[in-house]
Amino acid sequence: MSAVLLDPTNERRVAEITRLTRPASLAGLTIGLLDISKARGDVFLNRLETRLVAIGAEVKRFRKPTFTKPAPVDLRHEIASQCHVVIEALAD
Amino acid sequence: MSQRPTLPNGLVAIVKRDCATCLMVTPVLARIAAEVGLTVYTQDDPTFPVDPAAIHDADLSVSWHHEIETVPTLIRVIDGQEVDRTVGWSRAAWQALTGIDDLGSDLSVMRPGCGSLSVDPNLEDELRARFSGSVLRARRVEIADAEDEIEALFNRGWTDGLPVVPPTEARVLRMLAGTNRAPSDIVAIVPPDLIEVTVEKVAINAVMAGCLPEYFPWVLAALEAACTNEFNIHGVLATTMPVGPVVICNGPGTRDIGMNSGMNVLGQGNRANLTIGRALQLVIRNVGGGRPGEVDRATHGNPGKLSFCFAEDELGSPWSSLAAARGIADGADAVTVFAGEGPRCVVDQLARDPDSLANTFASCLRTLHNPKLVLAFDAVIIIGPEHARVFSDAGWDRERVLQEIHSRLQISGTDLARGAHGIAEGIPGHLEHLTLPKFRPDGLLLVHAGGGAGMFSVIIGGWANGEVGSQPVTHAVRY
Repeated sequence: MSAVLLDPTNERRVAEITRLTRPASLAGLTIGLLDISKARGDVFLNRLETRLVAIGAEVKRFRKPTFTKPAPVDLRHEIASQCHVVIEALAD
Repeated sequence: MSQRPTLPNGLVAIVKRDCATCLMVTPVLARIAAEVGLTVYTQDDPTFPVDPAAIHDADLSVSWHHEIETVPTLIRVIDGQEVDRTVGWSRAAWQALTGIDDLGSDLSVMRPGCGSLSVDPNLEDELRARFSGSVLRARRVEIADAEDEIEALFNRGWTDGLPVVPPTEARVLRMLAGTNRAPSDIVAIVPPDLIEVTVEKVAINAVMAGCLPEYFPWVLAALEAACTNEFNIHGVLATTMPVGPVVICNGPGTRDIGMNSGMNVLGQGNRANLTIGRALQLVIRNVGGGRPGEVDRATHGNPGKLSFCFAEDELGSPWSSLAAARGIADGADAVTVFAGEGPRCVVDQLARDPDSLANTFASCLRTLHNPKLVLAFDAVIIIGPEHARVFSDAGWDRERVLQEIHSRLQISGTDLARGAHGIAEGIPGHLEHLTLPKFRPDGLLLVHAGGGAGMFSVIIGGWANGEVGSQPVTHAVRY
């Protein structure tokens, strides 16, 4: 007789979301720079900001309270509602 | 839950032929049937008894649903509801229940009954699955005849790299008998996928880990503790550092379930220690979606990420327990989860006075993660009985031991500054005029465990501590 086992997983059906098409140019767009609070992430993002402003982008800076936890939902919403593009500085 | 069969009104007896007491009361059954009426259910032989003829409880549905544990059982039913029962043979009880004053006057005053087939250990799990299986909500996965169950579980990615016990309905229902909580109760929200996990899903993973039902409340408590914002299992999982949840168990329940707190306490060979910690990690993997190489980004990991769970030796300890120090009432069972790396040994076989031994601990702890890093990491000290004795003989209590170690770990900033001693790692130069403690004030957790011989202790280094990382969390075990 074949065995019947119980599924140990979350049985989640993953929803697939189509990515937005990449913008042809960043000029004139609002770009969020997310600092995850890891050491020297700000060095990288400061340099990016200089470069992005130079090509006509508007830059908004955001920061996670700690790199060890996911970004709070309010922060994610804030970024999504204010920015066209986001760049995250991931590690040290 | 399958339909509970209604018993007929009047008197009902449940018997089996393979029971000497049931055989003995055969004439009594006939007399009750003749004088006041009786319905008999028989569990094994449909021809037993002859008078009155019995209804065969072939699938044991009547026995299971009416919780018959002993045969014979005599029940009085009014309007479909049980109002009285007696088990085994007791002349007085049978006379009272039937209203027949001289019933069984030729039999002994009493004789114990036999075990009901519905609670036969060889049948009980199957019966529970047959009659209670519908309480389980998890998706059923049919394994083909030709498929090896163990391999099938590997192939689906549901193991931690070791074989797991196939989670059949019968096994999961038996696991659920280890708690009073409903299968549908939500235990926690499990990172990284932030999934609400039910008692049932935890039970499935506990079966796979190899737990016994009596371990199950400990698994639930460890999971609750790990899935708090304070403990931050998401970060513990995702970090590149080699840490995982270390589960430290306290309370008399640790002895009831046979946990090891003595010789080889962190090693192999004890089912409770190994499977409770493993079950926690399987839930993180299978329910939370936390898998190595995906959200788990550990550079090295450590073998304790399979399971790292042990009990404190409270009976042999000269001090109060870790759980008591963390606010748990004496006599209560509790787990403490700590984000820890693998254990390292502290050797001091010459220590006979407490100051010398405290110096050893401080020197060893000073090197934790890097001798020049301070305040960022906590540590667990598992003090072996022979080391604890050196302190306790000198009258040092738990607080004194920790205070003496802390006092020896106040380090000059000039030794810690980046570049000092030819090591780039360290604190920023502008802090070098400070004296800094290696550990924050509550950053050392003291636990008494290990075998009776050996002047050794163990240190478990932690991960990023405090608000930015992980705090040790202690939860009471609920039954």
